[in-house]
Amino acid sequence: MPLTSALPMSKRDLLALIGKAGGASAMYFAMSGMGQAQASPFKGVPVLDGGAKGASVLILGAGLAGLTAAYELRRAGYKVQVLEYNERVGGRSWTLRGGDTFTELGGATQTCQFSPGNYINPGPWRIPHNHYAIMHYCHELGVALEPFMQLNYNAYIHSTKAFGGTPQRYRHIQADFLGHVSELMVKAVKKDALADAVTKEDGEILLEALRDLGALDKNFRYVAGKQSSERRGWTKGPGGGLSAEPVASEPLTFESVLRSGMWNHISDSMGSTHHTAIFQPVGGMDMIPRAFATKVGDAVRLNSKVTAIKQDETGVTAAYVDTKTGEKGTARADWCICTIPLSILSQIDMNVGADMAAAIGAVPYEASLKVGLEFKRRFWEQDEQIYGGITMTDLPIGQISYPSSRYGSPGPATLLGAYGFGAFAYEFTSLPPAQRVARAVEWGSRIHPQYKDEFVNGVAVGWHRVPWTQGCFGNWSDEARAEHYKNLCQIDGRIMLAGEHASYIPAWQEGGITSALDAIGRLHQRVMAG
Amino acid sequence: MKLTSTILALSMAVAAGSIAASAGAQSAAEASGPASPTGVHGGDTDGAFINARSFSEPDGEKLYRRVCAGCHMPDAKGAQGAGMYPALAGNQNLASGDYAVYVVLKGMHGMPGVGRMMTDAQVAEVVNYVRTHFGNKYRDKVTAAQVSAVR
Repeated sequence: MPLTSALPMSKRDLLALIGKAGGASAMYFAMSGMGQAQASPFKGVPVLDGGAKGASVLILGAGLAGLTAAYELRRAGYKVQVLEYNERVGGRSWTLRGGDTFTELGGATQTCQFSPGNYINPGPWRIPHNHYAIMHYCHELGVALEPFMQLNYNAYIHSTKAFGGTPQRYRHIQADFLGHVSELMVKAVKKDALADAVTKEDGEILLEALRDLGALDKNFRYVAGKQSSERRGWTKGPGGGLSAEPVASEPLTFESVLRSGMWNHISDSMGSTHHTAIFQPVGGMDMIPRAFATKVGDAVRLNSKVTAIKQDETGVTAAYVDTKTGEKGTARADWCICTIPLSILSQIDMNVGADMAAAIGAVPYEASLKVGLEFKRRFWEQDEQIYGGITMTDLPIGQISYPSSRYGSPGPATLLGAYGFGAFAYEFTSLPPAQRVARAVEWGSRIHPQYKDEFVNGVAVGWHRVPWTQGCFGNWSDEARAEHYKNLCQIDGRIMLAGEHASYIPAWQEGGITSALDAIGRLHQRVMAG
Repeated sequence: MKLTSTILALSMAVAAGSIAASAGAQSAAEASGPASPTGVHGGDTDGAFINARSFSEPDGEKLYRRVCAGCHMPDAKGAQGAGMYPALAGNQNLASGDYAVYVVLKGMHGMPGVGRMMTDAQVAEVVNYVRTHFGNKYRDKVTAAQVSAVR
């Protein structure tokens, strides 16, 4: 650090200097760089040194938790073998492309009809920069990442109950809400309504802050003009030449924005897992498990349905059935890391203690639905200037997410035509797949009328119909977590569990990976203690 | 709008793991929302797709077909994959109406307590429907009051 070497000073002095110069946020980032305010528990892969003492580990499930465990344990010298139910690795880290088939519970089979290069991720689809563990593995395994357009100011907010059902550009709602609220706050400050909370001097600072935040004019008003149009967009944008003069746009009234309820989407991209920078693997989420497979794929036995897990004093044996041949077999190792979702594991004969068994049975799996739709052309880009990002709606489809790649390319393209949880997800799941797709097209056409002419084909995954998870993710209640979470994560004899269900980051791949890293670290300690 | 906020809250809550907690905010928010100029957004006449946070199907047959069948299948024979969904057809556990009410309200292992998104009357309706269809012939009916006591 040049500053410290040129002028000897303590770390505290340096932080104080940074704090004065750049404010608290600058100090925070400086502290993060020094490792004092990490936003994530991931501080690198646990060091598994000292050799594996010839120990072997049986890993159940080849999703990202199982693949992470296999990769790191093998590297540390353990003998690893993995049993996987599907005929591919990855689990929920999964991509559907043209030619792929998916048979759901109940027997309906869909064959994805997308054109080459198009895809949908039915499961996880984005990787926030602060999910350090999965970022680490993407970098280490050479998985190319590209920006995921989480927030697009030109995408829509749509409500069937506001503005006559006409979609509103995000930039209009966001700028107008902040502008009007800032103007109201200015009025409160000027009336001394906040005198109990803000000194006169701070009140002057606050006024300037509100003018800046809300794009208020010189009289502290949010009205049509340069300031507001620079935020929400002009009616006629500035250009070059003789007819270049811009025309300011007219803000929506405060009342209409407030009553629309659309302000609740301003916070959509404020949650830390939605912060930019946020990424997706180029070509589909399954590029990550595919990259792991180049390292440990030879240790994975596919098409293996685990039917029983038995531990004794010297090891763990899993019984399985080959789903293609019906052949029965067993796999045995000194230890077992089981990543099978609890919705499935709770049905498998397994001799663990009462505490872990109760924990395994305590977590319901959430409903969720995703529908991928292919259209003849990128009308959202060509007609509406929407490049990536998400339109939010109160229709049962929940949202429409436009592709964050290959902008401007001709020919067919896919978008995410529905993604939701809750009651609508159950109701979608109970429909046959073709009807799920048809309904997504029907509802989506209320936002994009082009849907009906441009639609080509679609594929729909209702997660309760997925044969290897029976749900989307483990939905811990606070009560269940307080009672059972530690019991779920403790070593039980020779068995440990991992997966997003064994994390505080449910539904995110980061939860699965960090749970696996935690498990192998503790397993290694146990082996070393011998 | 409040429906939208539901979807948002749910999707955001994935990270926070607080979906259950977010569900409590619903009814008050909806009641305070502005009247819809166009009525419902195109929900189905049998009550499906009306409300993001709760089921609006009015009777047991519709609730079964639009909600329960997602897992237990339209013929109530369940399904087999890496695990299984139990058949409700000819299911002897249904001999106890109280047991059925309990499972619908509280869930069981991976099964969510879907009854939390139903009224007491709806839970009673769907339990009574399943207990008298698909080869089940349990004529004693559960009541909304029983459901309320278990909830």
